[in-house]
Amino acid sequence: MAEVTITSRTRAGGMRKLLERYPFLPALAIVVALLLLNGLFSPNSLSYRSLTGLLSTYMALVLLAIAQTYVIYAGDIDLSAGSILSLVNVAIVVLMERWGGGAGAVLLALALGLLLGLGCGLLNGIVVAALRLQAIVATFATSIFFTGFALYILPVAGTPAPALFWRTYGGRLLGVPFVFYILAVLVVLLLVLSRTRLVTQLLAVGDDQQAAFQTGLPVVQVRIKGYLLCGLFSALAAFCITGDTASGDPLVGGRMTLYSVAAVVLGGSALSGGWGTVVGSLLGALTIGLINSVVFFMGTPSEWQNFVQGFAILVVLMAGVLAGRRARA
Amino acid sequence: MTRILSFARQPLVVALVLIALLLYLGQTLSPGFASGGQVLRLLIVASLLGIVAAGQNVVILGGREGIDLSVGGVVSLSAIIAGNVMNGADSGIVPAILACLAAGAFFGLLNGLGVTLLRIPPLVMTLGMLGVLQGLLVVIRMGIPSGRAAPGLSSFVTQPLAAGIPGIIWLWIAIGVLMAFMLHRTVFGHRIYAIGSNEHAAYMAGVPVRLMRVALFMISGMFAAIAGLCLLGYSGSSFANVGEQYTLASIIAVVFGGTSLAGGKGGYTGTMAGAILLVILQSILTTVNIDESGRQMVFGATLLLLMMFYGRGRAMRA
Repeated sequence: MAEVTITSRTRAGGMRKLLERYPFLPALAIVVALLLLNGLFSPNSLSYRSLTGLLSTYMALVLLAIAQTYVIYAGDIDLSAGSILSLVNVAIVVLMERWGGGAGAVLLALALGLLLGLGCGLLNGIVVAALRLQAIVATFATSIFFTGFALYILPVAGTPAPALFWRTYGGRLLGVPFVFYILAVLVVLLLVLSRTRLVTQLLAVGDDQQAAFQTGLPVVQVRIKGYLLCGLFSALAAFCITGDTASGDPLVGGRMTLYSVAAVVLGGSALSGGWGTVVGSLLGALTIGLINSVVFFMGTPSEWQNFVQGFAILVVLMAGVLAGRRARA
Repeated sequence: MTRILSFARQPLVVALVLIALLLYLGQTLSPGFASGGQVLRLLIVASLLGIVAAGQNVVILGGREGIDLSVGGVVSLSAIIAGNVMNGADSGIVPAILACLAAGAFFGLLNGLGVTLLRIPPLVMTLGMLGVLQGLLVVIRMGIPSGRAAPGLSSFVTQPLAAGIPGIIWLWIAIGVLMAFMLHRTVFGHRIYAIGSNEHAAYMAGVPVRLMRVALFMISGMFAAIAGLCLLGYSGSSFANVGEQYTLASIIAVVFGGTSLAGGKGGYTGTMAGAILLVILQSILTTVNIDESGRQMVFGATLLLLMMFYGRGRAMRA
């Protein structure tokens, strides 16, 4: 196997070499093309202001896609990511409201939200890695459980988040929109994570679980850690959606799970595990957001919008898979 | 002793024992739960799920991470098509069946071509197709009313046909027999297991792997279409996304039936028991007097618990 890789690498042309080093390039190209299309149909949509709006709306999906990436690295999948997001969303909103909505209450609620996300991730990890249930069906079952828990905390959507929280999220700090700080922190966080041993271990497990085990990796623990990261980032995604919608909704994340999987694939990562990039997933999530925006600005009749979006996403999904395979070849 | 143990650990046996236990539990919690009429009602609901799961089953058996996430969309689409083609008239039933089957086969064909020609993973391909189908549903729904079921179809699904048993249950039994015959007695069936357990070996042995895979997705689409049609007969008229719940439920039914998601191992008889098990479980939770949140938490936890009985992965060994 190794020899094949080496020969193909030495023979690789410039394009392939580039793809191999920066596998998210196709996703980046798609994002740029969609931005240009957006600008073509509505020049206003490329303004600083609308781009900030786009980012703050889709930041939650970006984080959820990143969450999903870490489990997909290890060849697993998490169909409960969206419901973890919903659960953390209602939990922090209810806690903030109960504690009065001051700065201390907000921070404490956020800390508990992170712990809740980690707890959900731990449950998923135990169920999938330690109890060895099949990831697709087991995380679907936990997603039902998490949704039930979210409904228990807040039966109907509507409790508002404290103004302090969403004003900060949608506002500016030193003249720069707050989401850009989030993006900057995120980039640093991802860089740090990519230097850790954990990401390499996740990829090794996803590439060949048996081989990883035989080289002495604690496969079960590594997979659990993947789910922990997923829970953590899902909680962060919940913070962003709370900032964006300014309220609690026990079903807000239901539909986002499958989008997060789509975003990972759009970013060129392999669903079978062992290969991928988080930057690709970030771009994949933005692609989904931009497609929705292009379809809107193109003046598509409202009843056709969902269809055109669905079709465009299917097409770029295929492109993502094909490009990812080219890069790995 | 070992023989008894291995018999008792067969998925079908596990599912049947669990079904009996759940029926008993239901009867204790609310007397009349296991009465004849009630069981028939449960079986009607289970047959809708079971028909969708038949298609899901063959796709999963075919291996290479085979899965069809678009079945829910096809069920909804088929219910709308059927409602509009028949529009309350018995004369429209046959054209409606043909139209639904054609639509199911068409989307199955697209899935199959994406998976074989472009080599898109089934999860991705059918997930994308689900998005397209959901968009299509919105377009159709804006343009035309949802239509009505013909009285003939409704009575086929809800009224006794022969021996006091509704037609849809007879249909499901027939599908069960046909599936068992196809999977175990025909070349086509053997080839499904062949490509599911070792695609490369099957290819070397002369099995037209790509053609097979396209056929499996078309079968899945057509079963989902039949289920959509019957669902229309069950509810009288279709409403938005009526089929959505069937996507993951059909996968769970297949897993509870003992078919491995890795492909090549399992069968449809178990899946039928799995569908019944899932429907009884849901039904018990509706009869018990707890609110929606508690119901969902119990349902999720029970699903996890039940999964412990089925095909857990092997532990890592050096």
